[in-house]
Amino acid sequence: MTGSTASGTMPSGRLRLRLEARDQPGLLTHLAVSLLLLVAALLLAGVVMTVAGGNPLDVYRSMFGAGFGSKWGLNDTLVKMVPLTLASLGVALAFRMKMWNIGAEGQLLMGALAASGIALFAVPPDMPQWLALVLMAAAGAAGGAVWGIVPGWLRAQFGVNEIISTLMLNYVALSIVQFFVYGPWGERGFGLTPMFERNTWLPRLTEYADQWSALRGLTLHLGILAVPVAIVFLAILLNRTKFGFEIAMVGDNPDAARYAGVRLRRTMIIVMALSGALAGLAGMNEVSGVVHRLLEHISPGYGYTAIIVAWLGRFNPLAVAVVAFLFGGLIVGADEIQSAGISSLLQGVILFVMVSGNLLIRYRIRLREPETLA
Amino acid sequence: MVEMRGISKRFPGVLANDRVDLDVAAGSIHALLGENGAGKSTLMHILSGLYRPDSGTMKVEDRTVSFASPLDAIRAGVGMVHQHFMLVETQTVAENVVLGDRRLGFRMDPSAIRDTVAGLGRESGLDIDPDALIWQLSVGERQRVEIVKMLHRGARLLILDEPTAVLTPQEADTLFDRMRGMARAGRTLLFISHKLNEVMELAETVTVMRQGRVVDTVPKAQVSHRELVRMMVGSPVLFDVTVPPVQQGRKLLSLRSLRVENDRGHTAVDNLSLDLHQREILGVAGVAGNGQRELAEAITGLRKLQAGTIELDGFDVTGSNQRRMIDLGISWVPQDRQHTGTAPNLSIQENFDLKHYRSARRGPFLDRAGQSRRAAALLAKYRVAAAGRHQPVRLLSGGNLQKVILARELSTELRVLVAESPTRGLDVGAIQNVHELLMEQRSRGVAILLLSEDLQEVLSLSDRVAVIHSGRIMGILPRARAEADTIGMLMAGVVPEDMAT
Ligand SMILES: Nc1ncnc2c1ncn2[C@@H]1O[C@H](COP(=O)(O)OP(=O)(O)OP(=O)(O)O)[C@@H](O)[C@H]1O
Ligand SMILES: [Mg+2]
Repeated sequence: MTGSTASGTMPSGRLRLRLEARDQPGLLTHLAVSLLLLVAALLLAGVVMTVAGGNPLDVYRSMFGAGFGSKWGLNDTLVKMVPLTLASLGVALAFRMKMWNIGAEGQLLMGALAASGIALFAVPPDMPQWLALVLMAAAGAAGGAVWGIVPGWLRAQFGVNEIISTLMLNYVALSIVQFFVYGPWGERGFGLTPMFERNTWLPRLTEYADQWSALRGLTLHLGILAVPVAIVFLAILLNRTKFGFEIAMVGDNPDAARYAGVRLRRTMIIVMALSGALAGLAGMNEVSGVVHRLLEHISPGYGYTAIIVAWLGRFNPLAVAVVAFLFGGLIVGADEIQSAGISSLLQGVILFVMVSGNLLIRYRIRLREPETLA
Repeated sequence: MVEMRGISKRFPGVLANDRVDLDVAAGSIHALLGENGAGKSTLMHILSGLYRPDSGTMKVEDRTVSFASPLDAIRAGVGMVHQHFMLVETQTVAENVVLGDRRLGFRMDPSAIRDTVAGLGRESGLDIDPDALIWQLSVGERQRVEIVKMLHRGARLLILDEPTAVLTPQEADTLFDRMRGMARAGRTLLFISHKLNEVMELAETVTVMRQGRVVDTVPKAQVSHRELVRMMVGSPVLFDVTVPPVQQGRKLLSLRSLRVENDRGHTAVDNLSLDLHQREILGVAGVAGNGQRELAEAITGLRKLQAGTIELDGFDVTGSNQRRMIDLGISWVPQDRQHTGTAPNLSIQENFDLKHYRSARRGPFLDRAGQSRRAAALLAKYRVAAAGRHQPVRLLSGGNLQKVILARELSTELRVLVAESPTRGLDVGAIQNVHELLMEQRSRGVAILLLSEDLQEVLSLSDRVAVIHSGRIMGILPRARAEADTIGMLMAGVVPEDMAT
């Protein structure tokens, strides 16, 4: 069916349940359903943990405490939130136009690689810090952008499915990073580069501990400022600019967009470039703000988690950032209880429940009335 | 066959159906008439299970029913062919016909399906090639697919929402024959139309709706054309387009030896030359599928030329893209208002602004205040019935959607207007408005290319009539010499003797 699906009704298999379209889901319905679904997801994951012999209440309590319960936890959560938000915003931007860019991971890696290249080879130790950071950010964005432009161009020019090309490019990017950290840039074959010079580091809160002692030990870095900047940038781009309007048109009906004079190919390529650039910036933040070197496992899958985050945030910049914050806490919490498995489990269950729960927002469930069956 | 009692349906901002009663006799042909937005489609959606009424009861074949989905409706024997088709573009005719048919389960035998579909087509006189892909079909052909799909699922009551809006007069005649045939075979037909001639010709009973209510249901034999109009509009209306004499201006658009291919790579427009002047309406008459769509797309920059040149006001604009053509002042009301003309989930305001946003002088930014001012003005001027300018256009009634497109295309600084069936789906009052608008543009100096299958419309509006057949211009007749039979012959590809040179 093309077009008017939203107001149709949908049969639900052979269950005696029916889905009926709601006329227009309001904001409150959205919020209420989302909350309900989150609770459902936690319950469901809890069941799995219980079956596996754990105590979900304890797990959740210590995870929540670790992620949000203290100054330290909050610090770590915010640090994780930075790359997650940037990458998720990039994904959300592309998804708005129905460009299914699932290559944020590769774009992030290429951004990290490019920024590292600058830090290692183009920044003399006496370069002013701001200049070094600007150069690295530009390189990071450019690296990610290239990794977005390639699939964007392939799609625009030859109709190559971007889901497949972006996914492939993730593996290519990982191989390239591995090549560099084990090869020419590597240090003693450990899969990492030497530590960067201090002037390539994004300043951290702890560096101001002399003036404000409360900041001592806090690793949150300047990159956090990229979060509000990116949100505002994207919100303005999408809602207030001509280009953003073109994205909305293409996302809704490419034929109408073409009819209206939108240059489809150009739009696709630019959107993929911006999307990749945001993920690339996430990579730059990690090397410059957190680890200060490039290593093989620079990303614990931020680029993939970003897809989930973008989806849950319904491609809305502010909502995406909120979800990214929660997921940052989730990752920190999972680290705390020493179980990456729990983090993946929760992410998976939450995504599953939310996506299937999406139906609840658009449809109302009714029991099938027997008299109409005959 | 059908008994609807006290049916009401409210949408945010409108009461689309207000305590409607409707009775349809088994085996009859019943027409539903009314202005744009009167609630006809809504009522039929309720009867076919797509919407649930807020209140009221329905009986089909004397059994009380309550449909929660179109599937329930079709099980009870009620099938609907929508105003906007619902086919999967990338699948074949046969696949579309059996799509969603529960009886088949998961096993599908392609050749058996193809035979069944072809057989059904022959039986009902609606021939279709079961292997054709939907996107390759003309609208008329798609409609046949929809009808066959419903027959295949066992519809005893067939609802057709403005079936002839998309058809040529010839296709419409064929459809009427088929409909009469189906009625004789015992099926019940319920159709919506804005064309009174059709209603008078085909229907046995007529129900007129206005602003969500049923005005009256009358046997056709007891009512006149004029009375029907009065019931629809609430007051008697005059139907006359006056074509005021104007001094034709200079040559504005000049097409030279155009050759254009269709989606399938066949030549659709063949060595076609036309001149279009300021203050002129040049009507292009022709049976659908003879290259009209490709011609329109070529002029507006959407389709590549294989050969030929296009001049606009003396300048060569051959090969310009859509964006450039828009900027040069070429407006276009496309045939396909759903898939080409509008972005369904965007608001009315945004659809008004689909092209215009670029001309805002705000650098990269949108002029949002200007947008809302424009939207409010256009809504009022074109009398679009909607819950407000922020309503997504997919919720608009067919006629109101067309008004949105017209408003957008006529509200710019246009020099040339390519209008494909501009009054399709509009009610009598709105058609009158559009005709007046076209005349207004004409006197302002716009050159109008009117592509329409409605011969009556072409004849009454055009200064000159060009007849297209197989992508070629068979002849061009000035208004005074444009007679229906000559044009009919030309449309069929026959050049009358007195014209042959
Ligand atoms: N799903 C919907 N949500 C909100 N409003 C709707 C919806 N469907 C229809 N409407 C509104 O209800 C009214 C009746 O619409 P309907 O489509 O039934 O008109 P119609 O008589 O078929 O008109 P037309 O001749 O133009 O097709 C219109 O004002 C329309 O905008
Ligand atoms: Mg309608």
